Amino acid sequence: MRNVIIIFKKQLKDTLKNKTVLIQFLLFPVMTLIMENTIRIDGMPELFFTKMFAFMYIGMAPLTATAAIISEEKEKNTLRVLTMANVRPRQYLLGIGAYVWFICMTGAGLMATGFHGMEIAVFLTVMGIGFTLSILAGACIGIYAKNQMVANSVFIPVMMVLSFAPMVALFNERIGKAARYLYTQQLRTVLDRMSFAGMKTEGICILSANALIVTLLFFTLFKRKGLE
Amino acid sequence: MISCKNVYKQFNDRPVLSGIDLDIPAGSVYGLLGPSGAGKTTLIRIITGQLDFDEGSVRVMDRDVKSLTGEDRKQFGIMMDRFGIYERLSCEDNLKIFADIYGIPHRRIAETLELVGLEDAMKKPAANLSKGMRARLCLARVFMHSPSILFLDEPTSGLDPQTMKQIHRIIRDKKKSGCTIFLTTHNMEEAYALCDTVALLNEGVIVDSGSPQEICRKYNHQKRISMHLSSGEDLEMEHGSASAERICELLRTGRVETIHSSEPTLETVFLELTGRKLEEDA
Ligand SMILES: Nc1ncnc2c1ncn2[C@@H]1O[C@H](COP(=O)(O)OP(=O)(O)O)[C@@H](O)[C@H]1O
Ligand SMILES: [Mg+2]
Repeated sequence: MRNVIIIFKKQLKDTLKNKTVLIQFLLFPVMTLIMENTIRIDGMPELFFTKMFAFMYIGMAPLTATAAIISEEKEKNTLRVLTMANVRPRQYLLGIGAYVWFICMTGAGLMATGFHGMEIAVFLTVMGIGFTLSILAGACIGIYAKNQMVANSVFIPVMMVLSFAPMVALFNERIGKAARYLYTQQLRTVLDRMSFAGMKTEGICILSANALIVTLLFFTLFKRKGLE
Repeated sequence: MISCKNVYKQFNDRPVLSGIDLDIPAGSVYGLLGPSGAGKTTLIRIITGQLDFDEGSVRVMDRDVKSLTGEDRKQFGIMMDRFGIYERLSCEDNLKIFADIYGIPHRRIAETLELVGLEDAMKKPAANLSKGMRARLCLARVFMHSPSILFLDEPTSGLDPQTMKQIHRIIRDKKKSGCTIFLTTHNMEEAYALCDTVALLNEGVIVDSGSPQEICRKYNHQKRISMHLSSGEDLEMEHGSASAERICELLRTGRVETIHSSEPTLETVFLELTGRKLEEDA
């Protein structure tokens, strides 16, 4: 456990000096606050920007950050040095995952300022679930990729699909049908209603299936490749 | 402290180590010499338990290497190459991570940085360090937790002579404090200067081992004397009684500018050994 905290702290320190990662974490929360407070169009749904940026945030920041951190540590050999100092791979992954989740939740907290009461709880739960799935997916990419280049070439398309498909789905029915099977789209529908109560069995199934897939993929890859 | 018996290792059906035997007593400096691709790094990875091997036995600290726990491995200080540094973090923060992992007090950080001459760079981001400084930062990380065995894989390759000297001084200090040191190099002079025992590794086989002086003497079968004369002429002759008269004469008439006896260096020994071996193969 101590090692998990050490990794967490190390990553926190590193992020403050790593502008590209920092921007990813801050971009959507900051944009949300700005847009919500400056743009008013008649007939626009309440908290339109918050909800739109929320699922983009889920699809982008945790996925890219996790994959980028792990692949960079592989490329720069710092990961090998950590394991030689007897940090177990699962401690490392837990530390990184916990860190990304924590930072993203802080961002989500900023975005939630427009909500009230129970809505805040619903919003944060949705974000928490989404971040977890994206972190697992990002970790899969990080474990799979040998270096940052490979990681980039995998996570960019995955990120595009996860974060843009739900938005395109608003305008295109065919894509909407396909996007239904993504957890980002399912979480978006929850955000639209702002309650889990209206969730259909189908939605729950899709969400669980998504969770199952990334979790299985994560453990399979991890077992097969470790962090080599 | 470290012993290998008949260790074999293949990568994709290609033999990399073929029957390695070695025995390193506690407190000594052991140098594994060999050209690039000889299998030096592979052997270090095997001895430190990072890599499985196919056959043979490896014992470290009187235990089978496969039975060593993480706690036992804290006795190791391993430097595999000069990467593995967090670029954006300062020297101090780099070491802090490992101080926390090993559970050592933070005051050791400044002490260790001072030992490697990086006290002024303490707050500098590692990305701004020169190559030599990075090497020393790596070295600081390797022995900050006072390990009893150091594994250094080519600790000085590609460094300027001054940094090399600094690193040699640090390695000697560590030996004085009782560390057992296993280092690899393809710099023969370095091995001569630092090691109690050297082993010459070529294509996965240790072709000879012993103290550097011993090895050089053993292969000293073409002793020569070389001279530079004041006339600008270079002379080389047999190192034996046959040449004595001639040398005497030259010295007496004051025509000798410099005079050396040429003993084989580890470099020439290695060439001779591996050259021979290649011929046998052919
Ligand atoms: N993980 C690996 N997979 C396949 N071949 C490897 C691997 N590691 C090393 N080798 C091969 O083993 C040989 C010895 O490598 P190495 O131990 O790194 O040599 P050295 O450190 O003496 O330069 C090389 O030919 C290298 O290509
Ligand atoms: Mg090597």
